[in-house]
Amino acid sequence: MQSLFVRGPSVTLRTIIFVGLSIILMIADHRWQHVEAMRTAVESLVIHPLRYIINVPADLIQWTSESISSQKELVDENRRLKDQQLKAQVSLQKLSILEKENERLRKMLSAQPKVGEKVLIAELLSIDMDPYRQQVVLNKGQHHSVYHGQPVIDAWGVMGQVVHIGEYSSTAMLITDPSHAIPVQVNRNGLRSTVFGNGQTDNLELKYIPHNADIEIGDLIITSGLGGRFPPNYPVGRIISIERPAGETFANVIAQPIAHIDRSREILLVWHNAPEIEEAPGDLEAVINE
Amino acid sequence: MNNCYRIIFLCVIVALMLAMMPLPGWAQSLRPDWVTMVIIYWVMALPQQVGVTVAWVSGLLLDVSLGSILGQHALGMVLVAYLVSLQYQRVRVFSLFQQSIVVSILLIFKQIIVLWVDGIVGLANESWSYFLPSIIGAMVWPWVFTLLRNIRRQNM
Repeated sequence: MQSLFVRGPSVTLRTIIFVGLSIILMIADHRWQHVEAMRTAVESLVIHPLRYIINVPADLIQWTSESISSQKELVDENRRLKDQQLKAQVSLQKLSILEKENERLRKMLSAQPKVGEKVLIAELLSIDMDPYRQQVVLNKGQHHSVYHGQPVIDAWGVMGQVVHIGEYSSTAMLITDPSHAIPVQVNRNGLRSTVFGNGQTDNLELKYIPHNADIEIGDLIITSGLGGRFPPNYPVGRIISIERPAGETFANVIAQPIAHIDRSREILLVWHNAPEIEEAPGDLEAVINE
Repeated sequence: MNNCYRIIFLCVIVALMLAMMPLPGWAQSLRPDWVTMVIIYWVMALPQQVGVTVAWVSGLLLDVSLGSILGQHALGMVLVAYLVSLQYQRVRVFSLFQQSIVVSILLIFKQIIVLWVDGIVGLANESWSYFLPSIIGAMVWPWVFTLLRNIRRQNM
């Protein structure tokens, strides 16, 4: 026998309980990351299979276009890739010599040798996330020993870092997310700054740069490795505009990300040995809000 | 009874998939909130079976799938489900057009809660186009309603 009316007090009571629970969850998630394990469990059990189903059409389209592309296209592509490979090989040769030389010079200066880095290729799933956040889903997770805060790069530059990990997929926050910050330096003169995202895919902000700082349009911005989360010397962006409004303490500097933030499908996860820098007090953490 | 929960679960799953479905860039910020609309329908149609609990769990699933703060959408959906469960007898007999208006108000209410939480953590969006998904949700409501009603009539 169904009751004709919803039992009044019980619904109100349950609402109050759930509102309370939501608020506690939000605080726990935002302040201390206590509920990351719960998120991982839900993601692996429910959301991950759904993501794979959604990704099927995109995979299918790619597979079809690969299998029906004509021989001529394939031969052309093959030739182009071979050319590229050759060019990359040549610059790699030079690079390995430079690396050796660098190591030798560092030894002579008795400085710390550069840390080794390991990479894993991951693919982005065609999944939409919250449109007002800049996040992407990768097809690698805990199973591939992806870790929280792991740097994500593409063939051109730094893309972001891993923020949630599932068993077989993980979520990365892009450097263009409004709550993301990354410690950087200007390649030309080593001027340090912090790059903040502002929610647009082609736009980054450099903050706390004084008016008289030596910075020019076209300067390359690279990771400084401070904060310990990103390995040093990866390209982040290029300065596209500088304004020095009178009456304000800092200049407005805008950079364009070098990584193909909204186009790359293949990306790299980087493992780098923890750098020798001690956690300096006041050092900007890579993620401010997460 | 069991069958009814299975169908509601399937509806929520399909709505979640629609929420994650890749769309071209310009359409991403217009995507209606499918999960909330499905919950509004089921609370209205079967208030004895579907209430704030189902809404909260669906909200959590939505939070995990969108990568937002855990509890953000869950909070909004619990409050929307609560409002609907208070007024379902009235809303049920409305015409589809009147229902759409009520749904748009509910969706905007939910978006305000989500926006409020975003504002607290410093991610607030300031443009009015933030509320377009709710308007579009109200525009597609007659079809959602008819589809879900047919599903309910055929299977329960």
